[in-house]
Amino acid sequence: MTHMEQPTIAAEDGRATAPTAMPSDAPLVLRGVTVSYGEKPAVFSVDATFPARSMSAIIGPNGAGKSTLLKAALGVIPRLSGEIHIFGRPIEKTRERIAYVPQRASVDWDFPTTVMDVVQMGLYRKVGLLGRLSGSLRGRARACLDRVGMADFAHRQIGQLSGGQQQRVFLARALAQDADLYLLDEPFAGVDAATEVAIIDVLKLLKTQGRAVVAVHHDLSTVRDYFDHVFLINVRRIAEGSVEAAFTTANLQATYGGRLAATHLDELSVAG
Amino acid sequence: MTAFLDALLLQAGYNAALVAIGAGLLGFAAGSSGTFLFLRKRALVSDAVAHATLPGVGLAFILMVALGGDGRSLIGLLAGSAVTAWIGLLLIEWIARRTRLAEDAAIGAVLGVFFGLGIVLLTVIQAMSAGRQAGLESFLLGSTAGMLFQDAVVIAVGGTLAVLATWLLRRPMTLVAFDSDYAAAIGYDVRRIDLLMMGLVMAVSVIGLKLVGLILIVAMLIIPPVTARFWTDRSNRVIWIAGGVGGAAGYLGAVLSASAPDLPTGPIIVLVAAAIFVVSLLFAPERGVLAAVLRHRRFQARVHRRQGLLALAAQHLIREPYTLRLLAREGLVRPDGVPTEAGRAQAAKIARDERRWAVAREIHQDAGLTGRYDGLTPIEEVFTTDEIAEFDRRLGPPVPVNPAVGDA
Repeated sequence: MTHMEQPTIAAEDGRATAPTAMPSDAPLVLRGVTVSYGEKPAVFSVDATFPARSMSAIIGPNGAGKSTLLKAALGVIPRLSGEIHIFGRPIEKTRERIAYVPQRASVDWDFPTTVMDVVQMGLYRKVGLLGRLSGSLRGRARACLDRVGMADFAHRQIGQLSGGQQQRVFLARALAQDADLYLLDEPFAGVDAATEVAIIDVLKLLKTQGRAVVAVHHDLSTVRDYFDHVFLINVRRIAEGSVEAAFTTANLQATYGGRLAATHLDELSVAG
Repeated sequence: MTAFLDALLLQAGYNAALVAIGAGLLGFAAGSSGTFLFLRKRALVSDAVAHATLPGVGLAFILMVALGGDGRSLIGLLAGSAVTAWIGLLLIEWIARRTRLAEDAAIGAVLGVFFGLGIVLLTVIQAMSAGRQAGLESFLLGSTAGMLFQDAVVIAVGGTLAVLATWLLRRPMTLVAFDSDYAAAIGYDVRRIDLLMMGLVMAVSVIGLKLVGLILIVAMLIIPPVTARFWTDRSNRVIWIAGGVGGAAGYLGAVLSASAPDLPTGPIIVLVAAAIFVVSLLFAPERGVLAAVLRHRRFQARVHRRQGLLALAAQHLIREPYTLRLLAREGLVRPDGVPTEAGRAQAAKIARDERRWAVAREIHQDAGLTGRYDGLTPIEEVFTTDEIAEFDRRLGPPVPVNPAVGDA
C-alpha cells in the first residue's frame, strides 16, 4: 500500500504472515505486537514501521489502542506477543535513543517539583545514582527549556502552569534526553494555539536534524499539515504509509467506522 | 515545668535521656524515609506492613525459646518482625498486581490477617511458662521502660542507614512517584524501586517498633512529610524538612512524656507531630489555610475595586455594600456613593485601561499576550509603551468621568 517499505506484512486474522521478516533498522518497527488488558486485546497483532527523518502520526478512534501501542513500544506495559525493534535492535538495548512525552493528564501536577527539576529528570539516566548534575548538564536543561519558550518559568512549581505550559515542560524534558526517536502521546491535547505552534516547530526542527518523531494524534484536520507518515489503527492495523497514500477517505472510514460522519470527511483534505 | 526543662536538657536521668535521643533519631529517620511513601501515595501500605510485624515478633520469640534462649533478645525479635513484614508487603504487591482486587482491598486483607495471627501468637505465648514476663504486648503501643543503650544504638545505626539510602535513591524514587510511566520508559525498574522504597519504610518501622509501637508507627512515617509539604515545593527539601519535623516531634514527645508520670511516649510523640502539622496547615505561607484565605480576600477586593471603578466610569450606581465600603475607604467615593475627584480620576484611568485592552485584543497577533487579559491586570504590565501608544492612537483622546454620577 505504500512505496516506502517492503510491502508491510499484512496481518491476516491477526497472524503475521511473514514470520521470517527481518527487522529493518528503521527507528521503530513492530512485528505481531499484541497487548491485552485482562482477556480483551487492546492492540492485536500489529505490524508497523515508522520511518526515519519523518513525523509519523498514530491515528484512530478512542479506545483504538493508540496510547497502548506507544506504551508497548516503549516497554512500559508488557506485551503478550510480538517483537519491537528500535533502530534494528531490541528495545532493552536502545533505550537511551528514545525520548517519551506522556499524556499530560497522567501525572499529579501538585507534586513538589519545579519546572527545572522536571526537565532534569530527562538527564537522570545519564547522571546515574550518585553523579552530580554538572554545570554543563544544567546548561543543557536550561537550553531545552529555552527551546520551548519556558526559560522564564524554570523555578515555578509545576502546578502553577497552564496546560499548554505543562506540555512544553514535558517536551523540554524529552529534549534533554537528546534522543533519536521521540514518542509523544497526544502532545496537542488540551493546549492553547500558541503552544501547539511552539511544539510543532520544535518537532519539525527535530525532523530536519534527522531524528524520527512518532505522535499519537487525534485532530484529523491537522494531520496533513503536521505529518509525513500515518499509521491508522483500530485494535488492528488498518493502514500505514505516507500521508498522500494512506490518509484516504476509505482508510479513515475503515478506521473510524460509523463514528466519522461523511460530512466530517468532506471537511478534511483527504485524498480519494 | 522544671521537670520538663530537666527532661529537655537531658537532665532527667539516664533512661529518659536515652529515650529522648532515640526518639529524636527515630523521628528523623521515619520522617525522611516516609517522604516517598507519601509522595507515591502509599501511606496505608506501610500501615499494613507495620501490623504484619506482629506475627514475626511472636514467632521469633517462640523460636528463640525453643532453641533454649530466653526469647527476649531485641535483635532476634526485630529480625522476626522484618521477615513477616516483608512477606506481608510482597503479598499486598502480588494481590494488587495479579488479581482483580484493588490495592486497598489487599491492604485491608493483609493488615487484618497478619495482625490477627500476631494476637493469637501473643495469647499462646502468654500461656507458655517463659512467656509470662516477655512483655511482647509492648510492641503494640511501644514502651520506653527499660530501654537499653543497645536499643538506642539499633535506632541510631538503622536510622542513619535509612536516611542515607533515602538520599541516595531520591532521583529514581522521585521519578517513580511523579511519573512512573516515564520512569519505566527511560529504563528504571518501577517495581523494584517501589519494593526498595517500601523496604526502607519497613526497616524504619521495625527499628521503631519497640519505642513507638506498630499501631502508631505509620503516623511517624506520614505526618512529617505531609507537614513538610506545606513549607516547600521541592521534593529534595521535603526529605530534610520531614526529617526535622519528625526528629523534633520525637525528641519533644519523649521529653514531654518523661516530665510527667504515666504519659505514654509513642502516642505523645504522634500528638506532638500532629500539633506541628496543624500549625503548618494553618499558618504555612503559600499553602496554609490562613494564606489561602488572605489571598482570596485580596483577590476579591481587587475584583470589587475594578468593578466599582468601571461602574463609576459608566455612571452606574454601585449597589453592592462591600464595593462601596472598599472605594470609600480609599477615598474614591463619598459615603453616599458619589465619586470624589480622586475616584473620577481612577475611574477614567481604569476605563481607559479596559478600552486599551479591547483594542489590544482586536489588533494584536500574539495570543500569548492578549491571553493575559483577565479584567484585572493593568495593560502596562503586559505591553510596551510604544505598543500602548499605538492602541491610544486608535482610541482617540481620553474621556473624563462625569461628576454627577450619583444623581443619574
